[in-house]
Amino acid sequence: MLHYLEQAAAKTTVSHEPLAIENVSRRAFLGSVAAGFAIAAFPKDALAFAKYEVGGSQMPNGLVYDPMIFVSVEADGTVNIIAHRSEMGTGVRTSLPMVVADEMGADWDRVKIVQAEGDEPKYGNQDTDGSRSIRHHIQSMRQIGASVRFMFSIAAMQHFGMIEQTTEAASAFYGTAASRRDISGVTVGVHEVTNDATGEAVGFGDLAEIAMTLPVPEFEDLSFKDEAEFRYIGKGDIQLYDLHDITTGQAIYGADVDLPGMKVAVIARPPAVGAPLVNYDETAALSIPGVEGVAELPITVMPAKFAPLGGVAVIAAHTDAAIRGRDALKITWGDGPHSNYDTEQFTAEMRQTAKAPGKVLRKEGDPEAAFANASRVFGREYSQAHMAHAPMEPPVAIADVKDGKAEIWAPVQSPFGTRQDLAAALELPIEDVVVHVTLLGGGFGRKSKCDYAIEAALLSRQVGAPVRVQWTREDDIHHSFFHTTSVERIEVALDDADKVTAWRHNSVAPSILSTFAEDSGHQFFIENGMGHVDVPFEIPNMSIENGKAMAHTRIGWYRAVSNVPRAWAIQSFVAELADELGRDQKDLLIELIGSDRDLVPPNQGFPDDYWNYGEVYDEYPINTARLKNVTELAAEKAGWGSDMPQGSGLGIAAHRSFVTYVAVATRVDIVDELITIPEMHIAVDCGFVANPERVRSQMEGAAVMGMTLALNSAVTFKNGAAVQSNFHDYEIVRAENFPKRVHTHIVDHPFSVHAAGVGEPGVPPVAPSIANAVFNATGRRLRDLPIGTTVS
Amino acid sequence: MAQMTINGESQTIDAPDDTNLLWTLRDIVGLKGTKYGCGVGLCGACTVHVDGVAQLSCLLTVGDVGDAEITTIEGLSEDGNHPVQMAWRKLNVPQCGFCQAGQIMKAASLLAEKPDVTDQEILDGMSTNLCRCGCYQRIVAAVRTAATGA
Repeated sequence: MLHYLEQAAAKTTVSHEPLAIENVSRRAFLGSVAAGFAIAAFPKDALAFAKYEVGGSQMPNGLVYDPMIFVSVEADGTVNIIAHRSEMGTGVRTSLPMVVADEMGADWDRVKIVQAEGDEPKYGNQDTDGSRSIRHHIQSMRQIGASVRFMFSIAAMQHFGMIEQTTEAASAFYGTAASRRDISGVTVGVHEVTNDATGEAVGFGDLAEIAMTLPVPEFEDLSFKDEAEFRYIGKGDIQLYDLHDITTGQAIYGADVDLPGMKVAVIARPPAVGAPLVNYDETAALSIPGVEGVAELPITVMPAKFAPLGGVAVIAAHTDAAIRGRDALKITWGDGPHSNYDTEQFTAEMRQTAKAPGKVLRKEGDPEAAFANASRVFGREYSQAHMAHAPMEPPVAIADVKDGKAEIWAPVQSPFGTRQDLAAALELPIEDVVVHVTLLGGGFGRKSKCDYAIEAALLSRQVGAPVRVQWTREDDIHHSFFHTTSVERIEVALDDADKVTAWRHNSVAPSILSTFAEDSGHQFFIENGMGHVDVPFEIPNMSIENGKAMAHTRIGWYRAVSNVPRAWAIQSFVAELADELGRDQKDLLIELIGSDRDLVPPNQGFPDDYWNYGEVYDEYPINTARLKNVTELAAEKAGWGSDMPQGSGLGIAAHRSFVTYVAVATRVDIVDELITIPEMHIAVDCGFVANPERVRSQMEGAAVMGMTLALNSAVTFKNGAAVQSNFHDYEIVRAENFPKRVHTHIVDHPFSVHAAGVGEPGVPPVAPSIANAVFNATGRRLRDLPIGTTVS
Repeated sequence: MAQMTINGESQTIDAPDDTNLLWTLRDIVGLKGTKYGCGVGLCGACTVHVDGVAQLSCLLTVGDVGDAEITTIEGLSEDGNHPVQMAWRKLNVPQCGFCQAGQIMKAASLLAEKPDVTDQEILDGMSTNLCRCGCYQRIVAAVRTAATGA
């Protein structure tokens, strides 16, 4: 999200005339880069690895293919592999190095993973977000692994005396296919290279000194493993690199770094964004043992990107004193620009807006005529409250700023973005800022926003000592970058035969862009692209609209972002329509998706600035057959169509997001009015799978997070401030009532079906599948998220 | 000054009696395995054993525990191979891992109290501990594995 937002913000001009605002053109900043891509020739192994264009090459600092950056091999055979993405629970710190290790022939037991600092010019893009770590980096990691294997092969030929140990002898193996010598006579096994003639083997450690001084090959020089040769990729046998440390309490998260002389800061922030600090009295705070002082941070007003909210920090020797000291501050806050924000009133306004025509984002056919000529019109409205990510590890960061240099340890999703923001906030050259990335105790999008790291850095500079800024859970829920709140209104025109002839969907929600630029009240192309304009239904007349809604708190992105309310609305609506027409929900969904095809956006009235998760359609089309396939798969596994006992129901929902197709079929049992989920079947088609075991864990997690957001998650506002504060009023699903048996069904694909997103796309279909099952069980249709834990 | 027994070692702690136990363990003793998640006894990330029984350290003070034996995740087993830890690894339970020390401490206490724990007792017992990544299916299965070895 981050770089798109920054670029969109830079280009945002807000007209105060309604409907006169043009969205930023996607082509304006992607076009020339995209044109530069050329498909490489593959003289060998074209089937094993056909290089394809991927969005990672267009991200800031792109992709890095240099094995010398990512791999080093020690004389004892230890293979160090860089993990350049942030680990927040997806397993990527294991899975990407695993790809390198497999392709190069390393023995996983002898691999050591080294976490990269925030340094994108060196490592390529590190912004761990958008379900794209495997999607963007699997090719570069394979190339890095194959490069190392190539270099070890030549080193072995030199070692065995097959060629001279000279640069000239080695260089014969590089270059174009016509003039190049092919490697022969040696075979790379597991962590060693064998002389085919003699059977003699030499270990990677013994070859390292020669191998790692050879020139780095190009893609065209390389051979890649056939998929049948993979030992780790696609198997799911490699456990999390940090598994032992996690289970023994040794793993290092954000708060676990200790620096000599470090202070702890806990901050009182304005209750409403931008509310001014009128005065404060720190006397009581300073009387608490361990409290050493207070420090002010300037109040910021939106849009301020990730600038801290400001407030009053209590500095103490340890966290307990800092929390007590903060709570003992007597502060008078004034009224700010958003101090009247009130959820009830705002939702009512959004409902009014949704009923009126919105700004048209996609128009296909003649929807006005179709509605005018309809036999009848069927419309429904769905809403969602704000949500906070509430990762189990609240925001925390450690900073040591002194002598014009800054060193930061923090759990951040965007290490280099954090470094850039820190350099700007501290007015230091970026070379003088170092960002160390710890494990993240959950992220879900919250830790893409580095306000907490900036707080730590500003306070360390002010205090003259290393500082850990610790957010309490109350701080986290009060001062999130909230998932937006929304009202989605869908209407269809039906003809005499109950065929859907037109579809109108008006989505009304404050935009994330308001955190970055002056608020136009309209969503921007990324939000529009997440399940809204790209609705894959075969309906001749479409009007996809966006109504205006201004932001009154910091809006951010939360796992799956706008896909959550869109899947909620569309998949609930299809079920309601099915009931209205006396049809089976799954059958109607399949019928609306229509024929097997790739959507062709220019032919279907898609706007110029529509987002395909950063991918080109040629490589990652919107394919209806794959969406229908996961729908049928989930339905079949769940026993769709079988008779359900009294008080039980089945519901289904399907959604494409992050270029992955997911369908969820949920069984609900209503037990003394309580919504329980004995079983859930998730069918996922995410292209080629590097680590199926972690795909399953992500789907199981999506089921739980989806149930939580369906039943519980609401942050509401009164007088500009978030009402909820901790897990008693912002409840997370617990072991006593969670989706008990989640079955993940992965659609199997070869490498040629490109790897797609995994971290987020499981989430969106979960909530509508639950609500549809509740309807099936009870006849009660619930349209507003969260729906609550009970149904009568 | 307080005298405490932590992971089998008697220690003199430079903290007044009313200091919060969680932050004492983390900031003063330097044992970072016990986590802060909510501060008010709602999430279980701070679970430790006091005389072998799972307690929420964020709700206790140094004075509350007196001379009781405190065990943290670092002291659950000498080699890190408590049956619960082994079950957690066997089933690849963690995602981000942040809550898992608390989960493991809770599970170990539950099984010590009820070696023949029922499925319902596992669900009820583990409900004190939140996991935002949503690892419950594997947590529950791992407790069962640790209990029965299968």
